[in-house]
Amino acid sequence: MSDTMTEQDNTARAPGWGQRLAALIKRPEIGSVGGAILVFVLFFVLAEPFRSLASFSTVLYQSAALGIPAVAVALLMIGGEFDLSAGVAVTTSSLAASMFAMQVAGNVWVGVGFALILSLAIGALNGYLLIKTGLHSFLVTLSTFLMLQGLNLAVTKLVTGNVATGDISTLSGFDSARAVFSSYFMIFGMSVSIIVFYWLAFVVIATWILLRTRIGNWIFAVGGQGESARAVGVPLNKVKIGLFMGVGFAAWFMGMHLLFDYVTVQSGEGVGNELLYIAQAVVGGCLLTGGYGSAIGAAIGGFIFGMTTQGIIYAGWDPQWFMFFVGVMLLLATVFNAWIRRQATRG
Amino acid sequence: MSEQAPLIRLSGVSKSFGPIDVLQNINLDVPAGEVACVLGDNGAGKSTLINIIAGLHQHSGGTFEVDGRAVHFDSPRQALDRGISAVYQHLALVPLLPVWRNFFLGSEIMRGRGVFARLDKARMKAITDDALRQMGIVIKDLEQPVGTLSGGQRQCVSIARAIHFGARLLILDEPTAALGVKQSGVVLKYIAKAARESGVGVVFITHNPHHAYMVGDSFAILARGEIEMHARREDLTVDDLIYRMAGGAELESLQHEMGR
Repeated sequence: MSDTMTEQDNTARAPGWGQRLAALIKRPEIGSVGGAILVFVLFFVLAEPFRSLASFSTVLYQSAALGIPAVAVALLMIGGEFDLSAGVAVTTSSLAASMFAMQVAGNVWVGVGFALILSLAIGALNGYLLIKTGLHSFLVTLSTFLMLQGLNLAVTKLVTGNVATGDISTLSGFDSARAVFSSYFMIFGMSVSIIVFYWLAFVVIATWILLRTRIGNWIFAVGGQGESARAVGVPLNKVKIGLFMGVGFAAWFMGMHLLFDYVTVQSGEGVGNELLYIAQAVVGGCLLTGGYGSAIGAAIGGFIFGMTTQGIIYAGWDPQWFMFFVGVMLLLATVFNAWIRRQATRG
Repeated sequence: MSEQAPLIRLSGVSKSFGPIDVLQNINLDVPAGEVACVLGDNGAGKSTLINIIAGLHQHSGGTFEVDGRAVHFDSPRQALDRGISAVYQHLALVPLLPVWRNFFLGSEIMRGRGVFARLDKARMKAITDDALRQMGIVIKDLEQPVGTLSGGQRQCVSIARAIHFGARLLILDEPTAALGVKQSGVVLKYIAKAARESGVGVVFITHNPHHAYMVGDSFAILARGEIEMHARREDLTVDDLIYRMAGGAELESLQHEMGR
């Protein structure tokens, strides 16, 4: 690094191709883009049905279903924290909406509202416990994960006498709620789920927040070096609680989709998904230690996972291989991302 | 010396934590545009002294005046509001964040309204560039993470930031301790420039007498919570300072004892 003055005309700063390429490579999501292309080509060659548009819409659906919570989880990870409760929190939200609508309200929208408040409260509780106890978020959310898992099963059993909730499709408001959370559109002859559009919208909003707003600056800062951020007046506690509530919101949203898609909810669902959300964020370039990452990267991570789930089926392999592939991709992506980052931060 | 009250004045300041006296009878004046060096060994009470001035601790005795008025700060925020800003060695920047984002962290400039309110990137970058250039630091790409800058440049960025956001008194905690010779030079030049040209008062905490002598206008050596020596530059040579800093008479008697 030179400290000497290099004359540089600020008005004529159109970057050349080399510079643009260098800037591109420094983006956190670059590794996941490479991975996505690789996985796409792999299944395109190996699995014939993968090449059809109809299967592509299923891939998009899978990607969105995994990717919506992953976007919120990515923001949280950039802010330096984990949420292991995100997987079961989705089920908690579905169960709460379903049972509240069925047993108390009689209208699904009341259940939807109840679930939203509950999900945001769970997020806020995670954040509050993190700050009050000073424990690592891994431990705090591991606790809430276990508690929610138990509550999901026990309360459902208590209320319905069963491990699943009853059919809500006869309740009032069901049709409008299904239209909002789980409708399908015909585009280019493929039937595309509405959650694909929500997913893209969430990615755009999350990216805007991260890169263009004050809050985004604070998210990077509290994840990168919390004490420095606090020292210059960043409200660290509020940012962290807000991020956990963002995950709560995403869990609610996904929970509502599943509820109105399947009509009933299995109380044991969701376990294990929290790790898939984290894995997507990491494949998309988020650092496990915080302060670095991108929402677009997490979305591409979701796309990779969506392609893999479907690709394995289309290739005629046993779907049980899915987790194996997730593991391989996670390993490759993290090694690659770490290497890229070393190149990028070398100055 | 002007008749104006110095930026800060400590008279007979003491601090105790329970039964332990950490600081006793500290007298220190820092006028605007001057660099006051505070030297001392580890555990001499330097950190406590900084913390009192920066508003992290309250003094237990004596008076602490800012602009001639006695103060008792309850928080660093209050000190900041009076233009007193501490730049800590490790507590200043977020390494993975770009230079301009670090510069404006916590004081971001926005444009647009409501949900469309967004960071005014162009303006913040221009101001960052300008503030750094004024102090003779040129960083080609303000998008690069602060962590990729050299240690000296990082110190300069945090000092420039403090000055830009209205600091009149800078407290620099060992800014050169972790730096090599060349990088220390960058920071020292910058400290001198900040004082002479921006009229900022500087409390320069260090244990390096060479560094202190290069930029200091006055020197106080702190030992076991008391000011052992206080002198202005014109009454002191660098050798005096080194001698006193090294323990002076104490060291001499030790040498004598050991018969060498």
